[in-house]
Amino acid sequence: MSLSWMAWTWQTATFFILLAMVLAGMGLWEWKRPGGNPRRGIFGLDTTRGDRLFITLLGSGFIALGWLSFIGSPPYGALVICALWAIFVFRRV
Amino acid sequence: MRRFKWLVPTLYIVFLMLPIYWLLNMSFKTTNEILGGFSLLPQDFTLENYKKIFTDPTWYNGYLNSLAYVVFNTVISVCAALPAAYAFSRYRFLGDKHLFFWLLTNRMAPPAVFALPFFQLYSAIGLFDTHIAVALAHCLFNIPLAVWILEGFMSGVPKELDETAYIDGHSFPSFFVKIFIPTITAGIGVAAFFCFMFSWVELLLAKTLTSVEAKPIAATMTRTASTSGYELGLLAAAGTLTIIPGAFVIYFVRNYIAKGFALGRV
Amino acid sequence: MAAKTANHKAWWLVAPVVALVAFNALIPMMTVVNYSFQETFGDNVFFFEGFKWYEQVLGSERFHAALGRQLAFTFTILVIEIPLGVAVALAMPRKGIGVSVCLVLMALPLLIPWNVVGAMWNIFALPDIGLLGRALNGLGLAYDFTQDPTSAWITTIVMDVWHWTSLVVLLAYAGLRSIPEAYYQAAKIDGASAWAIFRHIQLSKMKRVLTIAVLLRFMDSFMIYTEPFVLTGGGPGNTTTFLSIDLVKIALGQFDLGPAAAMSLIYFLIVLLLSWVFYSLMMRNEER
Repeated sequence: MSLSWMAWTWQTATFFILLAMVLAGMGLWEWKRPGGNPRRGIFGLDTTRGDRLFITLLGSGFIALGWLSFIGSPPYGALVICALWAIFVFRRV
Repeated sequence: MRRFKWLVPTLYIVFLMLPIYWLLNMSFKTTNEILGGFSLLPQDFTLENYKKIFTDPTWYNGYLNSLAYVVFNTVISVCAALPAAYAFSRYRFLGDKHLFFWLLTNRMAPPAVFALPFFQLYSAIGLFDTHIAVALAHCLFNIPLAVWILEGFMSGVPKELDETAYIDGHSFPSFFVKIFIPTITAGIGVAAFFCFMFSWVELLLAKTLTSVEAKPIAATMTRTASTSGYELGLLAAAGTLTIIPGAFVIYFVRNYIAKGFALGRV
Repeated sequence: MAAKTANHKAWWLVAPVVALVAFNALIPMMTVVNYSFQETFGDNVFFFEGFKWYEQVLGSERFHAALGRQLAFTFTILVIEIPLGVAVALAMPRKGIGVSVCLVLMALPLLIPWNVVGAMWNIFALPDIGLLGRALNGLGLAYDFTQDPTSAWITTIVMDVWHWTSLVVLLAYAGLRSIPEAYYQAAKIDGASAWAIFRHIQLSKMKRVLTIAVLLRFMDSFMIYTEPFVLTGGGPGNTTTFLSIDLVKIALGQFDLGPAAAMSLIYFLIVLLLSWVFYSLMMRNEER
C-alpha cells in the first residue's frame, strides 16, 4: 500500500508531528499533575488547561489567516503573535 | 383562538405534502405528457415508469445497494457508540470533554472537503466500490451523532441501577448487555433512526466511493438525468420510491420517537 | 445527578469510536492539509508552494462573495426555521392519534435523499411544468428560478425551510413534552396569560433543545451542497453558489486541488470557531 496519494511534504509532516507532541505533552502533564477545576478568566469563560490549548490553537489559525490576508507570506511574524497569544491565553483566559 | 390551533400543523403539513404530491403525480405520467401539458392529475395514467424500475437491474440494484450500506452503517454506528456513550455519561477521564467536542467537530467538516481524499483512501485499502466502504465513511458523521443522542439517554438512567447490579455480582459486560441495554431501548431506537436517516439521505460520499457494484440509487438517478436526457417520469418514479423506506422506518419507530424524546435530553 | 467517577480506563470503552472516526477524519484531513501547500498536475506529482493558495483564496473576490452568500443564506433560514418550528410544535396535539400522524408526516421530508429533494423542487417550481411555477405565474408574478436571481434565492430558501423545519419541530416538541403537567396547573392557578406561560415555562424549558436545533441547523446549512446544486446548479450566474458548491467547482471542475484544499481549511476553521462559540454557550446554559 503506497502512501504517495497523501502527498506528504517534510513541512506539513513536521507540523503534524509537533501538534501530536503538544497533545501528548499536555495529556502527560494533566495525567501527572491534574490541572484541577476550571477557572474563570478575563473573557468570563470557564476554562481548563485543555480548553486553553484549544483556544490557543484555534486563535493561532485565525492569526495566521489574518496575517496572510493583510500582510502576506512568509508568515513568520504571525508565529511571534501566536506565541504571545499562547502566553496570554494560558495566563489570563 | 384556541379553536383554530389545529390550523397551524394542518397548514404546515399541507405545505410539506405539496411537492411530494407533485412528484407522485409526475411519476404516473409519461414523459411526453409531462412535457406536453399541465394537469393536476395524470390524464394518461401509466405504471410504465415503475415497471421499468422493478424489472431493470441497474435500477433495482441501486435500492438494494443503498439499503445494504445504510443497514451496515446503522449497526456499526450504534454498536460502537453504545460503550462510548456509557463512558461519557458515567466516568470522568483524561480529555473526555475535548474528545466529545472533537467527535462533534466531525459533523461540521463539509463532506465536499473530504470527497477526494476519501476516494484515494478507500482505493488504497482496496475497499473502493464496496458497501462496507460507504458504511464506514458514513460513520464519520453518524457515530458522533449516535454518541451524542445515547449519552443524553444514559445520563437520564440513575446510577443506582449500575451499582445495584455490580453488588448483585454482575460483571460489566453482563450488566451492560442484560440490564443496561434493555432499559435504554427507546434511546437506541432514536439513535438508530437518526443514523439510518443521515446515511440514507447522504449522496456526495456515497457517490464518490462507488462506481458499479455498490452504486446507490440516488447516484443511478443522477446518471440517468445526464445521459438519457430528461426522462422526468422515470426520475419522478425513482424519487417516489426513495421516500418509501424512510416512511416505513419512521412508522415503526414513531412511538419510540415520541417516548424517547420525552425521556432523553435530545 | 451524582458526580461522575474518575476512571481513566474508560478510554477502552471509547477506543472503537475514536479508531473509526479518526480513520475517517484524520487521514483525509491531513491529506487536505498536504494538498493545500502544493501544486499538482495529476498522477500524484506535487510541488511545494508554501502559503500561495491561502493568500490567493483569502484575497479572491470569488471566495468573499461565496462566503457572503453562505452567511446570508444560513442567517435567513435560521431566522425562518426556528420560530416556525417552535410555533408548529406549540400548536401540535399532545395526545391521541393526531400525534403519530403529525410525527410521521412531518418527518417525511427529513428522510428523502438530498438529491431527490433538489430534483423534486426543481420539477415542482419549474415555470412551465411545475405546480408552484405555474401557480405563481398565473397570479401574474414574474417567477422563473432558472433565470431570475431573486426567484432562485426564494426557491432555495423555501426548499430548505420545507426540508428542515421539521427537525426543529421534532426537537421543540420533545422539549415541550418534558414539561410536567403540574407546571401548567400552577400557572393556571396564578392566572398567567398565554404569553407568560410561553415566555416563562415553555421557552425556558425548550432552551436546551433549541440550542441543539440552532447548532445542528447552523452546521448543516453551512455545508449545504446537494439540494441547491440539483435545484439551480448554483445559478443563475453565481447567485446561489454557496461555499460547498464553489469548492466542488474548483476541486473537481477545474481540478485545482491546492486552492480547493486551502479554501476547505479556511471554511472548516470558520465553522469550527462559530460552532465552538455555540457549543460553549450551550454548555454554560446547562450548568445553570
